[in-house]
Amino acid sequence: MRWQTDPLLQVEHLTMRFGGLVAIDDLSFTAGRGDITALIGPNGAGKTTVFNCITGFYKPTEGRLAFARTGIAAPAGVDALTNTGARFAYEPSGDIYLLERMPDFEISAQARVARTFQNIRLFAGMTVLENLVVAQHNPLMQASGWTVMGLLGIGGYARRESEAVDKAKSWLDSIGLLERADDPAGDLPYGDQRRLEIIRAMCTDPVLLCLDEPAAGLNPRETAMLNELLLTIRDEHNTSLLLIEHDMAVVMQISDHVVVIDYGVKISDGTPEFVRNDPKVIAAYLGVSDEEVEQVESEIGADGGAR
Amino acid sequence: MSAAVSEQKDDQAAGRMAKALRESAFAGLVTAGLSFPILALRAEPDIRNQLQLQPRWSWLVTAVLLVASARFLALMLDTVRARALAAAGLLLCAFGFGSAWFSPLATASLIGGTILAGLICIGAGFFVDRSHIRKSGPGLLARFAASPAGQTLTSSGAWVGIGMLVAFPLVMLGWLGPAGSLKWINNYGVQILIFVMLGWGLNIVVGLAGLLDLGYVAFYAVGAYSYALLATTFGLSFWICLPLAGILAAFWGIMLGFPVLRLRGDYLALVTLAFGEIIYLVLINWVDLTNGEAGISSIPRVTFFGVTFYDEKGGFSDLFGLPYSPIYRTIFLFYLILFLALLTNFATLRLRRLPIGRAWEALREDEIACRSLGINTVNTKLTAFALGAMFGGFAGSFFAVRQGFVSPNSFTFIESATILSIVVLGGMGSQIGVALAAVVMIGGTELLRELDFLKQLFGQGFDPTQYRMLIFGLAMVVMMIFRPRGFISTRSPSIFLKERKAVSSEFVGQGSG
Ligand SMILES: Nc1ncnc2c1ncn2[C@@H]1O[C@H](COP(=O)(O)OP(=O)(O)O)[C@@H](O)[C@H]1O
Ligand SMILES: [Mg+2]
Repeated sequence: MRWQTDPLLQVEHLTMRFGGLVAIDDLSFTAGRGDITALIGPNGAGKTTVFNCITGFYKPTEGRLAFARTGIAAPAGVDALTNTGARFAYEPSGDIYLLERMPDFEISAQARVARTFQNIRLFAGMTVLENLVVAQHNPLMQASGWTVMGLLGIGGYARRESEAVDKAKSWLDSIGLLERADDPAGDLPYGDQRRLEIIRAMCTDPVLLCLDEPAAGLNPRETAMLNELLLTIRDEHNTSLLLIEHDMAVVMQISDHVVVIDYGVKISDGTPEFVRNDPKVIAAYLGVSDEEVEQVESEIGADGGAR
Repeated sequence: MSAAVSEQKDDQAAGRMAKALRESAFAGLVTAGLSFPILALRAEPDIRNQLQLQPRWSWLVTAVLLVASARFLALMLDTVRARALAAAGLLLCAFGFGSAWFSPLATASLIGGTILAGLICIGAGFFVDRSHIRKSGPGLLARFAASPAGQTLTSSGAWVGIGMLVAFPLVMLGWLGPAGSLKWINNYGVQILIFVMLGWGLNIVVGLAGLLDLGYVAFYAVGAYSYALLATTFGLSFWICLPLAGILAAFWGIMLGFPVLRLRGDYLALVTLAFGEIIYLVLINWVDLTNGEAGISSIPRVTFFGVTFYDEKGGFSDLFGLPYSPIYRTIFLFYLILFLALLTNFATLRLRRLPIGRAWEALREDEIACRSLGINTVNTKLTAFALGAMFGGFAGSFFAVRQGFVSPNSFTFIESATILSIVVLGGMGSQIGVALAAVVMIGGTELLRELDFLKQLFGQGFDPTQYRMLIFGLAMVVMMIFRPRGFISTRSPSIFLKERKAVSSEFVGQGSG
């Protein structure tokens, strides 16, 4: 199990409270390097909140989010880093980032965790190509000498920009949207907007890509194209995926690891096969009451799955 | 068959006409009711200083007729262009009848001519309307601008425009002579260009980055006072003060930027408004430094690289063997502000194609998405404020060197409002739109001074410039109805693969911060 032997992201005791509402309650799980990890659960379970904590849009009330960008995050190394109060450490065994200490844009720029949003957030008034070039802001900013050299027209900015365009082109080509490069992003059909948002996130060269319900609102054909894209990303671009998904077909087909949460608490964690047969999951999804779950559990003599 | 169809059409047309007549009669009635106390009755003191009511039926009748016919035409015409034509015609007719009625000086030919021209205009409106074929998609202008021919034309058009601007003062000088051309070069040329530059500067903040700034005049003031104080206290030359003024203004831009970073929309507008007022109040009250309301006078005037424009030995006229005239200074000022404005424009156009400019526009579209892509939105906003302020500061020090005198009264909220209206009217983010809007707004103000003939109509006490704000208000309302996104409402992409397609305003965000 890669999420046990080579964890990329370790979520430990994550708690998020909004006033009196406990959206996430002491949640711990790991996501393996090279895996597609699915985070599932009924509406309002707290999945998006977990994403917002990982990507720095919310500051967790409690908990540690250790991200091993490269190498293996040795527990001793993570603990040492936690005690120093620093945001990251370049250990000989690998780079470790404590995401809960970093602001959102640094998580993307330095730890290399990219994300998409449940309600698509494209730059609707900019063209498809511009969206992908904006995503490469940081390297381009550096190439333009923080604007000064670019403004004076010296340095290699023009060359770097055409490289950025080439990268955008190859991504567009891979999802068959090259023809629409010069159209406003807001003018694309819904399914294309979803995939554009994903490749825009990919243009930041992420190590971990977090997708919030990428298949929502897609028709079966679009869902198939999405699956293909996600597998390509995992297999050919060395990017691990963490995805929130409602569509069980997508989850079961492509994920390597599934974590189920309900009311902010983890109720199951394992391979798709394992989760599918977990009575707690079945109960949560079918909306069975807690007593009945207990009843079911006692009947089958299980405690909801090994953790 | 065809007879039946045409009959049906006639029926429709008659029905429409009847409906229009009914509605316009109703509109006339409403006007009469509403304006009766204001227009039809006038209270005038008589010899014993007692107020007497005097009826002014002619005013009431005029207003009712105008409103009713405007309503009628609006109902009969479908297209905006036809309505605009008809409105112009109506105004001409009103002017003709008005001068016949009110003005003792009007000649028969003038009256007849205007009424005839007005009727022709209205007729043309109907013609345009009937021959109009409904089309969908972007307007003719937008489609033309996006076509390859349109693009070469606009790009070469920019150079032609610049050439015409460069030639403008010389042509005026040759045509009208030193005395006659002064007004055109100074009041129209220099004044408009100052506001073009200010509009372009504010466009970075409002149009590109989508941050609503109601206190932009503060940076104009910082620039002006920087030059005034540096030049009078330390005797520094304009060319040294100019960058210093820009840096100081940029510094204050960042000072404003920090506290408002987390504010959005209305709150941002309020705080920037307050910032403008604070700078104004500081200028008034910090008498030791700024000399308060009295302002700073005898600021060194502009020199031609060290050569003064005074009537003296070694002055500009003397040096070039020309008869002395103040016009040379004005012409030099014209070229100076033209240079500064073009500098602003080229810098902005370049910035738009650099990562920082794209980040500004992305910020306007969606700030959260920006952060998810690793863009430091704090720095992005601060650079927008700083660069916008810097160009404001340049314009300010130009203002000081042109006037030779600065006082707080030049930097009131109304200036901020004017600059912001220019940006909004021009179409947020569009350089050419902003320039057009500055010409219309500032040139329009100046033109009002030319309308002396209206005195014939409304009496000697009538000063058209006093109606400036009223006219702007009306123009703004009309614009917001017909072109809510400004003159140029499409966005031109900063980069493209095959062709540069204009982005329709329906997709472009306006910024929420
Ligand atoms: N910013 C917030 N303020 C208050 N409550 C929030 C906020 N964000 C999420 N919540 C609450 O947290 C719970 C989990 O929401 P969310 O993470 O969006 O669920 P999911 O994505 O699993 O459907 C919900 O009850 C929601 O109302
Ligand atoms: Mg959600």
